[in-house]
Amino acid sequence: MQLDSKAPGGPLAEKWDRHRFEMKLVNPANKRKYNIIVVGTGLAGGSASATLAELGYSIKTFCIQDSPRRAHSIAAQGGINAAKNYPNDGDSIWRLFYDTIKGGDFRSREANTYRLAQVSDNIIDQCVAQGVPFARDYGGLLANRSFGGAQVSRTFYCRGQTGQQLLLGAYSSLSRQIAEGKVKMFPRREMVELVLINGKAKGIVARNLITGEFESHDADAVVLATGGYGNVYYLSTNATSCNVGAAFRAYKKGAFFANPCYTQIHPTCIPHSGEYQSKLTLMSESLRNDGRVWVPKNAGDKRRPNDIPESGRDYYLERKYPSFGNLAPRDIASRNAKEMCDEGRGVGPTGYAVYLDFKEAIERDGIEIVRKKYGNLFDMYENIIDDNPYETPMMIYPASHYTMGGLWVDYNLMSNIEGLFVLGEANFSDHGANRLGASALMQGLADGYFIIPYTIGGYLAGTEPSEYNADHTAFNDATREADERIKKLLAIKGKRTVDNIHRDLGHIMWEYCRMARNEEGLTKALKLTRDLREEFWQNALVPGADRDYNLSLQKAGRVADCLEFAELMITDALAREESCGGHFREEYKTEEGEAKRDDENFCHIAAWEYGGYGKAPIFHKEPLAFENVELSQRSYK
Amino acid sequence: MTQETDTINITLKVWRQKGPKDKGRFETIPVKDVETHMSFLEMLDVVNERLILDGKEPIEFDNDCREGICGMCGAVVNGIAHGPEKGMTLCQLHMRKFSDGDIIALEPWRARAFKVVKDLIVDRSPLDKIIQAGGFISTIAGGAQDANAIPISQEISEKAMDAAACIGCGACVAACPNASAMLFVGAKISQLVLLPQGKPEAAKRALSMLRKMDELGFGNCSNETECEAVCPKEISIANIARFNREFLKAGFGSSER
Repeated sequence: MQLDSKAPGGPLAEKWDRHRFEMKLVNPANKRKYNIIVVGTGLAGGSASATLAELGYSIKTFCIQDSPRRAHSIAAQGGINAAKNYPNDGDSIWRLFYDTIKGGDFRSREANTYRLAQVSDNIIDQCVAQGVPFARDYGGLLANRSFGGAQVSRTFYCRGQTGQQLLLGAYSSLSRQIAEGKVKMFPRREMVELVLINGKAKGIVARNLITGEFESHDADAVVLATGGYGNVYYLSTNATSCNVGAAFRAYKKGAFFANPCYTQIHPTCIPHSGEYQSKLTLMSESLRNDGRVWVPKNAGDKRRPNDIPESGRDYYLERKYPSFGNLAPRDIASRNAKEMCDEGRGVGPTGYAVYLDFKEAIERDGIEIVRKKYGNLFDMYENIIDDNPYETPMMIYPASHYTMGGLWVDYNLMSNIEGLFVLGEANFSDHGANRLGASALMQGLADGYFIIPYTIGGYLAGTEPSEYNADHTAFNDATREADERIKKLLAIKGKRTVDNIHRDLGHIMWEYCRMARNEEGLTKALKLTRDLREEFWQNALVPGADRDYNLSLQKAGRVADCLEFAELMITDALAREESCGGHFREEYKTEEGEAKRDDENFCHIAAWEYGGYGKAPIFHKEPLAFENVELSQRSYK
Repeated sequence: MTQETDTINITLKVWRQKGPKDKGRFETIPVKDVETHMSFLEMLDVVNERLILDGKEPIEFDNDCREGICGMCGAVVNGIAHGPEKGMTLCQLHMRKFSDGDIIALEPWRARAFKVVKDLIVDRSPLDKIIQAGGFISTIAGGAQDANAIPISQEISEKAMDAAACIGCGACVAACPNASAMLFVGAKISQLVLLPQGKPEAAKRALSMLRKMDELGFGNCSNETECEAVCPKEISIANIARFNREFLKAGFGSSER
C-alpha cells in the first residue's frame, strides 16, 4: 500500500497558504455541534484543546495526571526555536527549515518541516501574549541564544524552565476554556481503547484511575497528543507515567506506526547509581559549551579524576572530531560515550559514565562566571551525586530522552484512520531521524496552536456531526476488551513485580536497540523480548483490585504494551539497513567509521501495520521526495 | 563522592487510608538496608516492591517527573512539607540526609480543601479551579502582535519569572496553619499583573481568584510565612503582599467588585 502524504503541490513556501485556502471551513454556528476528544495535555494537547475550544468546537480533554498542568512537556529545559531573526544574524524560515531537515538526516517530509518553520514565529507571539516570561535583554526586548550547535541564535528561553512556562501558558488558555464550559476536563484518566465506527475514529474508552471504572466518550474526531515511548528503556529522562499505551491502542486498531526505531539518546544525563534507580535526570546540553569530555587513556584506571595527569586522559571528542569537539551532535556524543565504556574506560562506581570537566573553563573565566552560567545545574548535580563539580569533574552518561518515531500522519496530521489526529511527540512527522535541540517545544505548539485548528476543520467540514453514540456496540466491545485485559493482569499472580520485569526489558533495549545497533544484537533482542513477554504473562505479580486506585495495575498495563511495542522497534531497526541521524547500524559505516546513509534504498518513512498478536507487523513505505534541498552527508570531523 | 555503598535502617510511620471515607491510620514499616544514594521516592519504590512480594498493598503516592518540576509529588515528612531540605520537592530529597535508626513520619497534605484520595495521594483539583477563575490572560491563538512590540524591562520580566516558577504542588497550603492558598494565588496574580499584557484584567482577576479560593474552603492568610519556608521553588511572600495590593485596588477603584 502506497501512503499518501496529502502534501499540497506548488512551491514549498506557498503550500501551507494554499492548503489553508483549499480546505473546507466549518460554519461558525455549527462548530459547537462537533465534539472533539483530545487525549493528553502537554504542549501539543493543551494548546490544541484551548485553541479548538476558542474556535467554538465542543472539547473533551483527558490527562493521566491529577491536573493538565503536569504533563511532561513541563520538564523541557533549554528553549524553543523560532525563525524571528531578532539578533539579525542571518536566520530565516528557510534556514530553520533547512537546519531541521538536515538535522533529521533527510528522513522527514519537506512540506511538514517547512510549515513548522513557517509557524514558529507565531508561537513566540502567542506565548508572549499569554504572559510567558521569556528572558529579555536590558532594553526589554526578547533575548536569544544559540542552542545545540546551531550557527544562529534562534532559541527563546525562560531560564532553565522553558517547557514549564510554555506549558503553563497553554494550561492557562485551557483553564479559561474550561471555565467557559467549552472544554470538559477529565484528569486522572487513561485512554484504554480507541473506538472505531465504520472504520472512523469516533471515541475512546477511558479508565478513571481513581475509581477504576471505565467510561465511554464519543466524538466526531479523536486527537492523540500522548507523547513518546522513551520509557521502553525503563530508565529515561521521561516522567514515570509517560507511556506508549494510547498510541499502541491506536496501532492495534489499524493506525500505522512510523519509524519506531528512531529514538534520541541524550548525551548529558546524570549516570545511574544502582538497581533501585527509577529515572535519569537530564542536564542541559549547554554544559558542553564549556565542559570537556574525557575518559582515562587506559582501561581499568581507577584513580580519582584529579589524580589522573593530562597525559593519562583521552579527550576523545576533541581527538576524533577536531572541528566540533565537545559540541559534536547529540547522537555522536552519545555513541562515543557508550563506546568508551564498552572499552572498559568508563568511570564512576558503575563504569558507565564519562567525565565532563570544567577545570579549564574555571581557570579561564573564573568560578563566578561558570557559576552564573551553570549554577543551578551544578547544584542539581551535587544534590543527586553528592559531589562538587566545581572541584571534581562531573560524570555524565547518555539516556533515552525523546522519540522521533510515532504514529504515521499525513500533512493534515491525520493518521491512516479517518478522524484520528496525532500531534506532538506522539506523531512522527517533523524531526526525521534526529531532532535538533529546542525543536520539540516548537513542534508541540505548532501542531496545537496553528496546524490542527485548520486541518481538523477541513476534515469535519466533510462529515456530519454524529448523534450521541456512546451506547453503540463498538463502545461495549471496547470496554469489554479493556476490562478483560485488566482482569487478566490481576489473575497472573506470579512472583515478579512489574517494575522488576520492566527493568529487564530496559536492559535488553538499552543493550541492543539504542544509538548503535547491529543485526546480530537486534535478532538476539527480538528473542529476548519475546521470552520476557511470555514470562510477564506467566510470572508478573500485580497486587490490589481493579475498581480502585491501583498504580501497580496501571503500570502493569503499560509494561505489557512496552513488551509488545519493543518488538516493533526492533523489527524496524532490523529493516533499516542504513545508518542515519541518531541511529547507527554498525554494519553500515564509512571507512572512517562514521554513519553511512543509503538514500537509494532507505529514503523513505517506514510505516508498520499491526499484523496480529505475536505476528510480524506489515511494512508500508512512504517514499520521501526532496524537491527543494540537496541531500548532503553530515560531517563533523 | 563516596564510592562504597552506604546503607541505613529506618522505620517508616506512614499514613494509610483506603479512600476519602476511610478514617485512616499510621502504619509502622521497618525498612532495612536503604542505600543512601537513593532518592526518597526510590526508597518508597523499594518498600513497595517488598510489600508487593509479601502479598501486601503498596503505599500509593503521587509522583511523575522526579526532577522537581511537575509538582505532582509531595508528602509531609516529619512534619515538614516536602521534607527537611530547603527549596526542594520530595522527589529531590535523598536518603543521605537521614541517619541509621531514624523514624520517619510520612503523611499526606492536610487541608480542608484537599481530600485524601488514597494513602499519601490528595485531590488538588481546587488549585486548578482557582486558575480557571482568572489565572490567565484572555488572548486567543492567532491574534497576537509581534512578540517584541512591547518591551518589558528585564527587572520586571525577572520578577514575573520568579513568581511564574510555581509548580502548583500545594505544599504552601499543607504548611499553612490556616490551609490558605495565598502564596499559590499571589504568585499567579503577581506574574500576570507585573506584565503589561496582564494589566487589563488585573482587577477582575484579583477579585475572582480570591473569591474562588474562599469558596473552595482554603483559609485566610495570617502572615505565618510557613508557605515561603517550604516552597520548593522558594517563592517569596512578597507576592502575597502584591496580591493584597491588587485586591485593595480592585476593591476601591474598579467597577469589577
